[in-house]
Amino acid sequence: MSSTARLDPPVPTSAAPKRTHHRTTPIKGLADRTAGYVFLLPWFAGLAIFTVGPLVYSLYLSFTDYNLLQPPHWVGLANFREMFAHDPRFYHAVKVTLIYVVVVTPVKLALALAVAVLLNRRRRGVGLYRSLFYLPSLLGTSVAVALVWRSMFGQGGAVSNGLGSLGLPRTDFINSTTWSLPAIILLACWQFGAPMVIFLAGLKQIPSELYDAVSVDGAGTWGRFRHVTLPLLSPVLFFNVLLETINSFQAFTPAFVISNGSGGPADSTLFYTLYLYQRGFTDFRFGYASAMAWTLLATVAVLTALMFRASRAWVFYTDGGSR
Amino acid sequence: MSESDQALRGGPPALFGRHGGRGRGRSLLWHLSVIVVVLVVVYPVIWMIGTSFKPATEIVTSNRPWPLHGTLKNFSAGWDANPGVTFGHFFMNSLVISVLAVAGTLLSCSLAAYAFARLSFPGRSALFAVMVVTILLPYHVLIVPQYAIFKTFGWINTDLPVVVPKFLATEAFFIFLMVQFMRGIPKEIDDAARVDGCGPYRTFLWVLLPLTRPALITSAIFAFIWTWNDFFTQLVYFNNTDKFTVPIGLSLFVDQTGMTSYGPMMAMSILALLPVFLFFLAFQRLLVDGATSSGLKG
Repeated sequence: MSSTARLDPPVPTSAAPKRTHHRTTPIKGLADRTAGYVFLLPWFAGLAIFTVGPLVYSLYLSFTDYNLLQPPHWVGLANFREMFAHDPRFYHAVKVTLIYVVVVTPVKLALALAVAVLLNRRRRGVGLYRSLFYLPSLLGTSVAVALVWRSMFGQGGAVSNGLGSLGLPRTDFINSTTWSLPAIILLACWQFGAPMVIFLAGLKQIPSELYDAVSVDGAGTWGRFRHVTLPLLSPVLFFNVLLETINSFQAFTPAFVISNGSGGPADSTLFYTLYLYQRGFTDFRFGYASAMAWTLLATVAVLTALMFRASRAWVFYTDGGSR
Repeated sequence: MSESDQALRGGPPALFGRHGGRGRGRSLLWHLSVIVVVLVVVYPVIWMIGTSFKPATEIVTSNRPWPLHGTLKNFSAGWDANPGVTFGHFFMNSLVISVLAVAGTLLSCSLAAYAFARLSFPGRSALFAVMVVTILLPYHVLIVPQYAIFKTFGWINTDLPVVVPKFLATEAFFIFLMVQFMRGIPKEIDDAARVDGCGPYRTFLWVLLPLTRPALITSAIFAFIWTWNDFFTQLVYFNNTDKFTVPIGLSLFVDQTGMTSYGPMMAMSILALLPVFLFFLAFQRLLVDGATSSGLKG
């Protein structure tokens, strides 16, 4: 994904009309240029009312005490001070979220890449397999699937019973402070299909002559993967890493449903977003929740910038073939 | 969309392994290994379907994913699990907001996409960059101020907080998807329309929009599924049983602890995912290609 629009060649509009019956041309050109803004009008309105406006308002709220009933009361940096100095649950939420991000992103992408490589060949059924692997990504964020996880990994669920019949200790993963987070991590990794189809599209772009060339040079399977696939796939890999990282910071539904909104047991699944929700919509501390929101935004923004900076060292762009 | 289609048929040879005499055996081995992975991945779905047809005693005692004595009792029990309101009510509420979300998304995003893909005006690149950034913006950052705004509008416990933003192209992902598609349509078509006297408005409506149909269908399905599955927004804005949607109705099952509720819970989960399954069966290629070309989550 290139982040800027490629400008199309400008439409010749302003050629000064020499003859009178061409007088309509400049007017039409003007209509053309304003048309762009007219078409963007709904988006502009949405951007102002539902994105930029709330963003600014939330920054203001983060310096206030606000319970929605009384008007916001300015408290300066008090919310941030409380967050960073006096709120162990905040640190706990940060820890849970970081573990989740740091585990889910590489594991999910490794799975996605492995299956994509497996599927990257001309065989019957590839299209069907590709769709089936993609299915969990379509279902994964739903409450229904979170309930499936809760019942499969909960007490007397299929996983616990399966362990039991293998002679291993039966475990209630959902109510265990050790296993509840791994169960949610597994749910995220289960949705490897979305990055997989992107990897697959990237793999199709790699010219087969390159593989032939390194094979002639004596490269084996691993050598071909290491010296052809990986460098040529690096733009796609970077794109997936960026996207999965940002998405992982925002996980909410599975943790909420599986812990019944508590982030439990003993805060072991208290995701950042879940804590933010609790602070705002159960404790009615909207100022504090806004401070948390802006801290999240700043973190994600800095992380994105760092990842772009770091990408220069390892992402390999060929001419025009990066998408 | 069709580029990955072509790539599938005429793509590079297998990364590992060669075409040769042992092709058939290798092919069989490959299919077997892929099918094993497919089974592992699809298992939770199979389990969900099996459990929804199991009588309560079987859920506890048996490890078999399919039922021995199938029953439909779970469906009736789940349907009426909440006193005073059936799941039918939740389904109606979900359907209304999902259909409206689709309409709003198609309308507003196609307009914006046309401007970005085809019209030239000062500031276009910068605005496009802004649009891309909003795709990545964490939604949780906006929820508190949006809630405050909608509360002053008196919109809490109405469909408006979910639906109105969709009519103003807040799901910028779909703008991006449509822009990508429109860029693949030859520019000569626009020029021909211009020669025939079409201005940008008529060109959009009568020339480009019909040609964008595959992207519009993909967007419609994704917009439907996302709103249908979305929990966070609905949890925040609907706190009246009368407005509850399917995801909220499902989440109420969590309060009923114990394994006896597994059956009805899974029965309603199946029903909740049924539209998603149907869309998947009917449009799987379009969905996967859409997710590929625009490179975003499903």
